[in-house]
Amino acid sequence: MKKVFGYPESLTPNPTHYCPGCTHGTIHRLVAESLDELGLRERAVGIAPVGCSVLAYNYFRCDMFEASHGRAPAVATGAKRCRPDLILFTYQGDGDLASIGTAEIIHAANRGEKVTVIFVNNAIYGMTGGQMAPTTMPGQVTTTCPFGRNPEHEGHPIRMVELLSSLATPAYLARVAVHTPLHVIEAKKAIREAFRLQAEGVCFAMVEVLSICPTNWGLTAPEASKWLEENMVPYYPLGVLKRPGTDRGGAAAAAEAREGA
Amino acid sequence: MPKVLMKGCEAIGEAAIRAGCRNFFGYPITPQTEVPEYLAKRFPEVGGEFVQAESEVAAINMLYGGAGVGKRVLTTSSSPGISLMAEGLSYIAACHLPVVVVNIVRAGPGLGGILPAQSDYLQATKGHGHGDYKLVVLAPSSVQEAVDLIYRAFDLADHYLTPVMVMGDGMIGQMMEPVEFPPMRDLADLPAKPWAATGAKGRKPNIVNSLYLKEEECHANNVKLKAKYDRIEKREKRSETYACRGDKLDVLVVAYGTMARICKTAVDEVKKRTKKKVGVFRPVTLWPYPYEALAKEARKAKRILVVEMSMGQMLEDVKLAVLGTRPIEFYGLTGGLVPSPDDVADRLRGILA
Repeated sequence: MKKVFGYPESLTPNPTHYCPGCTHGTIHRLVAESLDELGLRERAVGIAPVGCSVLAYNYFRCDMFEASHGRAPAVATGAKRCRPDLILFTYQGDGDLASIGTAEIIHAANRGEKVTVIFVNNAIYGMTGGQMAPTTMPGQVTTTCPFGRNPEHEGHPIRMVELLSSLATPAYLARVAVHTPLHVIEAKKAIREAFRLQAEGVCFAMVEVLSICPTNWGLTAPEASKWLEENMVPYYPLGVLKRPGTDRGGAAAAAEAREGA
Repeated sequence: MPKVLMKGCEAIGEAAIRAGCRNFFGYPITPQTEVPEYLAKRFPEVGGEFVQAESEVAAINMLYGGAGVGKRVLTTSSSPGISLMAEGLSYIAACHLPVVVVNIVRAGPGLGGILPAQSDYLQATKGHGHGDYKLVVLAPSSVQEAVDLIYRAFDLADHYLTPVMVMGDGMIGQMMEPVEFPPMRDLADLPAKPWAATGAKGRKPNIVNSLYLKEEECHANNVKLKAKYDRIEKREKRSETYACRGDKLDVLVVAYGTMARICKTAVDEVKKRTKKKVGVFRPVTLWPYPYEALAKEARKAKRILVVEMSMGQMLEDVKLAVLGTRPIEFYGLTGGLVPSPDDVADRLRGILA
């Protein structure tokens, strides 16, 4: 019988520790499929963050690091500068990348490090049990903003893709989601493109993936997907905000992406 | 090879190249900025890669990445910057990665000052970042010795798979002295690193990791680290004695780095004018500390004088070596004040009187 579905070679069959309904598993698979399809697994080195995906090194079948909180882009920089022939990717959450690791992500992008960043934004700190993230939505209740995030007090959610797109250094910057099969297909295209650009030595690439956290949002997975669609997508527009070869970063590209969406 | 006149920081950069280092990650901070400046200019000539990091936090994590893919990597910094590297060094030690870090110590605490100091001794030797780990700490007392110890540091790091710190003070970094460089290491002859994350081709994935959620596994890593530190303590203690010949000493001066050099001059001065026997003990490795060698010299001495550019940090290790068997006096200045040979000689005369 012909096998029509199985594990990508770049993914181990280890059961993941992720909660039921979590989309990390889907995103892992998209990364692994991209490495497989581009033939990069044997040159790939992944950097796991601190956060829910801290154990990602158990799930990717390639060489891996586990980095300290927020520093994955610096670790990837060191590895890539020492071994430019390797394919470096970081896999980071919103606390890791958009809070404690803001300096590292901005400067890795600004130096144009030829690495691929997978940024999973679920608007909350998952592993520590549901605290406010820099990407938490206004009004969203978490354990550290128990009355809902108040922009007057905690500021507005950070749009990392837009922030990085203001840099003059060429980059590929995209935002995708994985809450419906159609979105998964689009997400795969962006992730694969982010790896292709690295493999061809073109530029820094970051794909932000809007993700759900049913456990800490206190919703079922279908409810969480609906909440993401209704609350996150309007604020975090999907699409490719910046491509190498275009000098149109920042606001113009963001507006274009919004129109396109 | 002929000697060349070179500033300490630049000589440190050249020594790293000779040792086979082609990757530097660092951040400017006085008084060590001449190391990154030298390497930024010199690396292109030898195929090296220089990266100015956005911070010391990033620099040490770049070292983690570079060491993890199997390269000889270097960062240099000064006291406040080294504090920022504490977390990263803890990860590097926990992952058994070889890196070389240079601390050209300046006056502290806080922003302190940019002048020479030895006030990071306890930080370097006792507790830098979190967890049960150690840094091998080497303390040169001349630019030539800084060169030799940098060269040695890379070999020690690779041999024991551990971070090694070369700790000088602003004097070592800024002073110009004639130096002779060791030969250029052949990069093809550097130790193989089959554990490195270099792409899982034809083998199982290599994982550079310090997370052990099972308590037994975390303990096992600490046991493994301890066994390594025991081996280092057994084999790598280094020290030097000066004017300690014979079996009696009126005073044994204990000092390291620049301060030891000043103390040697002071001892010469005192001995010119008195018949008293005064010698100097200089630890070269601050960790592992040469307790036994110091205890041996201390047994010959009536009194001990510890001199540091700190308020008394290595003093604690001298006390541990001597275990209350000899009276210990301390003399130290901080803030960038460097005790002169006359200052130390005066102290010695006071003790001898």
